[in-house]
Amino acid sequence: MEKIILIGLNHKTAPIEIRECFAFTDDDARAALTALCAEPSIEEALILSTCNRVELIMVAAEAAEAVERAKAFLSQTKQVPLDRFDESLYIYNGEAAARHLFRVAASLDSMVLGEPQILGQVKAAYRTATEQKSSGVILNRLLHRTFLIAKRIRTETGIGDHAVSISYAAIELARKIFGSLRKKKVLLIGAGEMAELAVEHLIRNRADAVFVANRTFERGMELATRYKGTAIRFEEIMPHLEQVDIIISSTGSQEYILRPSDIKGIMRNRRNRPLFFIDIAVPRDIDPRINLINNAYVYDIDDLNEVVDDNIQDRRREAIKADRIIDAAIIQFRKWYDSLNVVPTIKALHAKIKGLAQAEVEKTLGQLPHLTPEDQRAIERMMGATVSKILHDPTRYLKSDGCMGDRSASLDVARKLFKLDD
Amino acid sequence: MQIAFIVAILLYMLSSACYFAYLFLQRDRLQRVGGVLLTVGFICQSVTIGWAFVATGHVPVNNLHETLTMTAWALVGAFMVLNLKFRIKILGVYVAPLAVFILLIATQFPRELLQPENMLKGVWLIIHIITIFAGDAAFALAAGVGVLYLLQERNIKAKTRGFFFKRLPSLDLLDTTGYACIVGGFTLLTIGLVTGMIYAKVLWGRFWSWDPKEAWSAITWIFYAVHLHVRLAIGWRGRRAAVMAIVGLGVLLFTFFGVNFLLSGHHGQFTKY
Repeated sequence: MEKIILIGLNHKTAPIEIRECFAFTDDDARAALTALCAEPSIEEALILSTCNRVELIMVAAEAAEAVERAKAFLSQTKQVPLDRFDESLYIYNGEAAARHLFRVAASLDSMVLGEPQILGQVKAAYRTATEQKSSGVILNRLLHRTFLIAKRIRTETGIGDHAVSISYAAIELARKIFGSLRKKKVLLIGAGEMAELAVEHLIRNRADAVFVANRTFERGMELATRYKGTAIRFEEIMPHLEQVDIIISSTGSQEYILRPSDIKGIMRNRRNRPLFFIDIAVPRDIDPRINLINNAYVYDIDDLNEVVDDNIQDRRREAIKADRIIDAAIIQFRKWYDSLNVVPTIKALHAKIKGLAQAEVEKTLGQLPHLTPEDQRAIERMMGATVSKILHDPTRYLKSDGCMGDRSASLDVARKLFKLDD
Repeated sequence: MQIAFIVAILLYMLSSACYFAYLFLQRDRLQRVGGVLLTVGFICQSVTIGWAFVATGHVPVNNLHETLTMTAWALVGAFMVLNLKFRIKILGVYVAPLAVFILLIATQFPRELLQPENMLKGVWLIIHIITIFAGDAAFALAAGVGVLYLLQERNIKAKTRGFFFKRLPSLDLLDTTGYACIVGGFTLLTIGLVTGMIYAKVLWGRFWSWDPKEAWSAITWIFYAVHLHVRLAIGWRGRRAAVMAIVGLGVLLFTFFGVNFLLSGHHGQFTKY
């Protein structure tokens, strides 16, 4: 498998200043693939470029040479001196390269473990490579395995389960309380990045009627227009608590804005429909004792952080399972790859044809018992000679370098043509 | 028909195993297989009960064995009906083993009828028995859902997110399901009591005779009526509704079995063995 080479840098090895220099747009990538494949030492190539990583996957007979070419190429096309990024580069060869690609696509190497976008990005990179005809037998097979494995990991492990950001964690909790968030009413008290993100998630989950209460009414108006909601005055919070379901609070207030005594009366008027308070403010806006009231639930920033930490731990545990799946996949891939060697393929081809001939001879001789041993030997000799002659040219072709340099493709065809892989 | 009965128990057992495996492994297919096994078991049991009905001409609740069998059957049936609208997959973990448990107890009691009473005949009686069993099964489901609600509520309130947090549905779904069970159960119980009174009138010439069974049935009915009233009038939902559903099952069980064993009165043949 030594022909597979992966060279790249990612968020762990390179700071953003370097990563941004190597971002490939779609057009860049197409030009680059054409240029790389023009190099005589590189047989196949693929470029994966996302905001967290740039990776070149190549198939080349001479690994060292291909790596040098690739480095020079990166330095040239992106106009960055090699010594600036050489240290950030990682180079994997053979099994290690395949494993790295599997891990990347399964989102085991991502900044946010288990995030789902990366697989789509790998697929897009592969599509570009096929369109540029820069991927051949080996990369095709490797990438198809990659997609299969990544999908399997997503369904068979919990790598993508459960929120790993504060705002998503809040939404997940809201779902555990309300089921569907459709038609639920949201009240945003104050403003702030995390609170606004949570509101946006809620809207995406079809919550409707957003109310915004802000100390400065103008700022409230601004936010309300953004969410197509209604701005209310700070003093109007209490009456609105009777109709909203989810309250997200993020003000700079030094003391509690809502106290248990306020909520108790409101719960009666709400006929105990549940209320979910998401308190993102520090110091807190919502008195935690409200959580003791029936059907009222309060989560503050620490609670949410804890949820996120737990979920990250869960994903890490699932990542171990995922690595096990990858181990098995590597072994399988190696088996296929090794079958691309000349000798086993020729052996398998001979064994298959000879076996077929032998079986037919035995069948025929069984039906002709009157033949003398002499006759039988003649028939066997005739069959042996025929088999040798049939096998002669294919064998020579596979052994020679007449496969136009792409022997693996010929071997692959031979295996398929004679169904040698069962 | 003994064979169908045994097959039903075995299927319920397998179904229980599937549901438990689902509880731990969270593979959706396990839960679906569990549901299919439960359904097939239910059909087998329906065959035995239908057979007994055809053979004797009355609903088979003439001794403890038959009564318990009927209880398990009603429970599974109610669960299947509930599943049509409220898919609380995890509830199978409660229903399937409970049905197995009840049927295993039933096998401990003789199947022979002590004295076939001709009392158990007539259309009013058939409606009475069927609605009461179905209603009781709905109340049993409400209690099961109530337990799930309390578990999930604890998870969210205490911020522990334990074993059940991921595995249980939303509080809203649990609460709505429990409510639906209570409404269904209450409707059936009301029909059952009314038809029972009509039957009593036909048989004994009076609607009500202050028998302990009747008194406790009335208490059960009032309990659930209060439950529905406080929910609709002052919004006792969520935790309180769940607790009431669980307490309600206690009252119901006493009316169902306790009265027969501890007090006396009619409905005695019901639990004879």
